[in-house]
Amino acid sequence: MSNTRGHSLDLMDIGHAFGATVALDGINLAVAAGELIALLGPSGCGKTTMLQIIAGFLRPSRGEVRFDGARVEHIPANRRSIGMVFQNYALFPHLTVFENVAYGLRARKTANAEVATKVEQMLGLAQMTTFARRLPGELSGGQQQRVALARALAIDPGLVLLDEPFSALDKNLRLDMQIEIKSLLKTFGVTSIIVTHDQEEALSMADRIVVLNKGRIEQIDNPDALYDRPASLFISSFIGHTNLLRGTVTETDRVLLDAGPEIDLGRSVQRRRGTPVTVSVRPENVEFGAAERPGAIPVTIRVTVPLGAVSVTEGITASGEAVKISQARAATTAKAQAGSNVWLAISDLSRVSIFSTPVDDVSSQQQRSI
Amino acid sequence: MTPASTTASRQLLPVIPLAALFFAAFVLPLAALVAISLFRTPQFAELSLAQYLRFLSDPFSIKVLSDTLLLGAEVALAALVLAYPLALVYVASGQFMRTLITFLIMLPLLTSTVVRTFAWIVILGRDGIINSAMLSLGLWQAPARLLYTWEGMVLALTQIQLPLMALPVINSLLRLDGNLTRAAEGLGASRARTFVTVILPLTLPGAIAGWLLVFAAAATAFITQTLVGGGRIILMPSYIYQQAVGVQDWPFAAALSLVFTLAVTGIVFAIGALSRRYVRGIDAV
Repeated sequence: MSNTRGHSLDLMDIGHAFGATVALDGINLAVAAGELIALLGPSGCGKTTMLQIIAGFLRPSRGEVRFDGARVEHIPANRRSIGMVFQNYALFPHLTVFENVAYGLRARKTANAEVATKVEQMLGLAQMTTFARRLPGELSGGQQQRVALARALAIDPGLVLLDEPFSALDKNLRLDMQIEIKSLLKTFGVTSIIVTHDQEEALSMADRIVVLNKGRIEQIDNPDALYDRPASLFISSFIGHTNLLRGTVTETDRVLLDAGPEIDLGRSVQRRRGTPVTVSVRPENVEFGAAERPGAIPVTIRVTVPLGAVSVTEGITASGEAVKISQARAATTAKAQAGSNVWLAISDLSRVSIFSTPVDDVSSQQQRSI
Repeated sequence: MTPASTTASRQLLPVIPLAALFFAAFVLPLAALVAISLFRTPQFAELSLAQYLRFLSDPFSIKVLSDTLLLGAEVALAALVLAYPLALVYVASGQFMRTLITFLIMLPLLTSTVVRTFAWIVILGRDGIINSAMLSLGLWQAPARLLYTWEGMVLALTQIQLPLMALPVINSLLRLDGNLTRAAEGLGASRARTFVTVILPLTLPGAIAGWLLVFAAAATAFITQTLVGGGRIILMPSYIYQQAVGVQDWPFAAALSLVFTLAVTGIVFAIGALSRRYVRGIDAV
């Protein structure tokens, strides 16, 4: 199928306030046709407000929403041709699976024969053909979700919006459904926006991720870039796990960690000497090393947790900071005895991020917002 | 007695006063009513089913019963039609408006039925508000008869019984998942289509509950029927009163009461059972 079925979407300087509370501010986003975008952020970050504005359930206080370049703020939700998939699926409980999928077509006064063909096709894509006569209450969560997606896609939408679509599913089922739905959306070539607070979901689904915090966009990037080059301390700790270490800039390319060593980043940190900084190092970027290696950090091992393929070990530095090490289990076992003193090294200094924000700020912020 | 049953009877102790009152004030009189209805003559002579046969073979009595049930059905339908817009406004409103609407719905319940009925007499009467207004505006040439008409009675009863409809309908609308209506709209359904295909079927249990309450209340509303309907329209409550107090034919009045009670409760149970069968798919609401 062609990759140009979807609308392109532009949000231009969108702002929205509920009374005195600012929910969204200065939102600019350009989504290409056929792209799969995730809106990611903690609850209360404004992502649901943004979704409602795109869907047409809410008119923004200011700014423009454009589909294929044409403004749509004045067009109500029922004339925007958007496929919605809700958190609780919102299937009509009194209608069969068939009638649920047919709902949008019937609302468009499509001829019966055409409705039947289209619904069969959609149920086939969603692998739900044999369930056509069932009521939603008789389906499992995963099946309900397939029906919800089939219902949304049946109207040939220019845009599909998915609101926390996987949060009601079992953890085991979640990854399977994410893969399945991503491939369905891609096959369809429809522009899709998925709203989520779950960073794994955003990383696994999206072409690009829009990270929202307190009503503003913090970063728009592809999953790898977001993970490897977070634009803010908030993102580095919100996306994946990370170690946050305090330090002070000593040279343009060097930071002295409170934990002991001075690390040579091989690039300018673009801050003055003496500036206190927070250094973000991913657990998988930390390895067990030898004492003589430059930049090695001495720690006392506290605990090791085997997590299947990898083991996560936590050590405490002399400065009292916790450092997590995530390494293949085999590499860990011998060295990570609780209570032993070992040296840690940063594997790849190019993947270390430096922020001016103090560590305490982000931890208190996260407690508030997650 | 085993310890378990002792505990069970202890637990029943608090409801004994209510049970006693219920027995003395409801079960006994009802039993007396059944007993009285089985006498052939007003002098309480001879046990027989004569009073019931008399009712069934009397077209006038049958007409009174069917008129009464029809009145209940019409009032309940009118209340239903009025309650939905009110409930939709309520659900769409903020906290202040909700409180205000609740207050306005409850307000009539705080006044006596007699007072509310007299208010309707003042509004509908020959020199009432409507007639005076229409006459002085020159829209009507002569005062219209609004009081003592079927329509007047339906109107007054609808207003008086509306709270019984509005509260269950509001309640089931509040429990309706807002995402369902958003889903319908998102799929392109108009407001009207969303209402007919999603909101109405999913709030039907509340609507039916309200309909049954209003039906039973309107059919048996002796005071309002008598005062707004006047003596011109004979309905079951006033018919029973007339037979018992006017004609002093207690056995026939008792038989009428029981037939009426059975008819109303029969309809309530039948519709209740039908709706439960229909509503099976809607357990999510």
